[in-house]
Amino acid sequence: MKELMLGNKAFARGLYEAGCCFVSSYPGTPSTEVTEEAAKYDEIYCEWAPNEKVAMEAAFGASLSGRRSFCGMKHVGLNVAADPLYTMSYTGVNGGVVICVADDAGMHSSQNEQDSRHHAIAAKVPMLEPSDSKEALEFAKIAYQISEDFDTPVIMKMCTRVAHSQSVVETSERVVPERKAYEKNIPKYVMMPGNAIRRHPFVEERTRKLREWSETSGINRVEMGGTAIGIITHSTSYQYVKEVFGDSVSVLKLGMVNPLPEKMIKDFASKVEKLVVVEELDPIIENHCKALGLTVSGKDILPLEGEFSQNMLRGAFGKEVPSGNAVEDTIPMRPPVMCAGCPHRGLFYTLNKNKCTVLGDIGCYTLGAVAPLSAIDMTLCMGASVSAIHGYNIAGEGANEGKTVAVIGDSTFMHSGMTGLANIAYNQSNSTVIILDNSITGMTGHQQNPTTGYNIKGDPAGKIDLEALCRAMGFNRVRVVDPYDLKACDAAVKEELAANEPSVIISRRPCALLKYVKHNAPLTVNTDKCVGCKSCMRIGCPAISIKDGKARVDATLCVGCGVCEQMCGVKAFESTKKDN
Amino acid sequence: MSETKNVMIVGVGGQGSLLASKLLGKLLLDAGYDVKVSEVHGMSQRGGSVVTYVRYGEKVYSPVIDKGEADYIVSFELLEAARWLPYLKKDGQIVTNIQQIDPMPVITGAQEYPTDLVEKMKATGAKVDALDCLALAEQAGSSKAVNIVLMGRLSHYFNMPEEAWQKAMEAMVPAKFLEMNKKAFELGKNA
Repeated sequence: MKELMLGNKAFARGLYEAGCCFVSSYPGTPSTEVTEEAAKYDEIYCEWAPNEKVAMEAAFGASLSGRRSFCGMKHVGLNVAADPLYTMSYTGVNGGVVICVADDAGMHSSQNEQDSRHHAIAAKVPMLEPSDSKEALEFAKIAYQISEDFDTPVIMKMCTRVAHSQSVVETSERVVPERKAYEKNIPKYVMMPGNAIRRHPFVEERTRKLREWSETSGINRVEMGGTAIGIITHSTSYQYVKEVFGDSVSVLKLGMVNPLPEKMIKDFASKVEKLVVVEELDPIIENHCKALGLTVSGKDILPLEGEFSQNMLRGAFGKEVPSGNAVEDTIPMRPPVMCAGCPHRGLFYTLNKNKCTVLGDIGCYTLGAVAPLSAIDMTLCMGASVSAIHGYNIAGEGANEGKTVAVIGDSTFMHSGMTGLANIAYNQSNSTVIILDNSITGMTGHQQNPTTGYNIKGDPAGKIDLEALCRAMGFNRVRVVDPYDLKACDAAVKEELAANEPSVIISRRPCALLKYVKHNAPLTVNTDKCVGCKSCMRIGCPAISIKDGKARVDATLCVGCGVCEQMCGVKAFESTKKDN
Repeated sequence: MSETKNVMIVGVGGQGSLLASKLLGKLLLDAGYDVKVSEVHGMSQRGGSVVTYVRYGEKVYSPVIDKGEADYIVSFELLEAARWLPYLKKDGQIVTNIQQIDPMPVITGAQEYPTDLVEKMKATGAKVDALDCLALAEQAGSSKAVNIVLMGRLSHYFNMPEEAWQKAMEAMVPAKFLEMNKKAFELGKNA
């Protein structure tokens, strides 16, 4: 049946059809839906793991036991899972292993723009790159075949425009290969030096064989057209090339970006007058062409940063670029904001008020850096808040303690905050860590995690007790605070910063967007009382604005959290709840 | 028709443009077109400016629409229509809700919400069809039906039989909301 399908959903369908039995992933935009969609098939065991490293190792274990397995992550997640990846390349697999990594050129929802192809090259594992949903489905199945035929994990690289675009796919039935027996094989699976030394030549030979396969398998294809220009391209860039040039140029479309088909590339180059590589981010194909001795254009006309588009290509190739009209007014920006009723708001207001240095982390709460809260000083990567505050406080030699905090979400804490906390407990810096426990993984669209008590299917699961965990690590000072209560927040921050030992504050209140959260009636402003002092504007709530010199609440957004009420000195905010 | 046509659906994160793009996708796929629908998930959805691209034709390549390429812009919010106007073809059609949602720079008083945007957009040569979708949606029975009101209005400009729209709605809208949405579609269409 033909249907319109999201790239990530098509990938999940490919996993299903290929007989994948085990999925373990950590959410990360734009990869999350592959696992969410896979979890809708009862035939596939699916889970959220605490982080990408755990997910990949779990998938490896499932492979050992003879089943086809999968793990999914975003580009920065593969850094976390790089350790198992690089050695899995040596051990190879039993059941096929497919790894999804989703890059985010343009940084729609990421902290950097790294190009994951480097990992495939460095780990010496094959990487496939679909250019639309149809290929996402087909390539997932091919990836398992490669994995088992060549004894290797296979990475399938998505990008935002392939992951989050819907295009037409045709589905077929699920075929589950028979479970492969696990056979003890110490030289293959125990990577101590003596064995790894013997596996490395296997890896090099495998790459040679994979390169040979890629020359003839059809995963890469040539579409000959005009021969004045020949373009080598891949992924979504292929779509832009076809959009702009149609058949007026010749195209070598790469579906496998590691290893590259050298004979095919040289043959293609010999048939065209001018060779150009169109690839987003780093010049990986281009440099490979140069290493083959070819004269090639690429990053001399195209940027290293951001996403491509058809107009960008038109401009780079000297073609006419369409343009539209604009109104003369400056259009105010509409940046993302913390939602009305977000439990993080009260806590960040408190930190800003107390002039704290705040070492931040990855999640919705990164928006605490935006004006007027402007409460975050640093955001690096998952878990860095907890690790960095320790170094910051110790190297500060007393100057930073008492006014510095780390803030980290519940899911991020489970991902990689715990090890940083162990370092504080062990090496005893006088650090205060605030866990922003909104009882869900918020930024990626509400995934369960080990602290929520539910699994990916929404069924009851194990629940890690954050207070008990912190105490077990040796923290004597662990307290829970409701971030809707500004007085309590202020007291907790002041007292824990003043204490002469490490401490943890758990700021606990479920995300206001969770379906089970019951909202209060919206508030309204009594304009007779409001003096227009704008105190309430300091919390940056999107539901509050100033109209005609007085505060006004947007009743369609307000969830009645009451934080603004606590800011108001004249009690101008009133509930719209009708008295019974 | 071999030329690819481009529809942009724009609005504010959380306004519910997903159903509109699903409906259009279904409608166009059933009509025998190649279709691509592209959107961005993640951080921008937290009350930010959001856009969905819908492209259809004999064979569609790029999943995105670039400046000067859109045949139609369907906007859930007035400022967003003006923001994305440069993406409209010079003779393109805008269908927009007149609802105004203040962005943070306006809320904090750093900037003003521009006035008379419908007139200003028309002055650039764009064809602008502006209507109070929220009022019409509420009249149909739910403020959440703004998306279907907009689709009803868009159906004016689409060369697609009424039955095809009805069929797409029946496929994409939960049964218990179908009648309300059909009413919203009619109200938008006849506004």
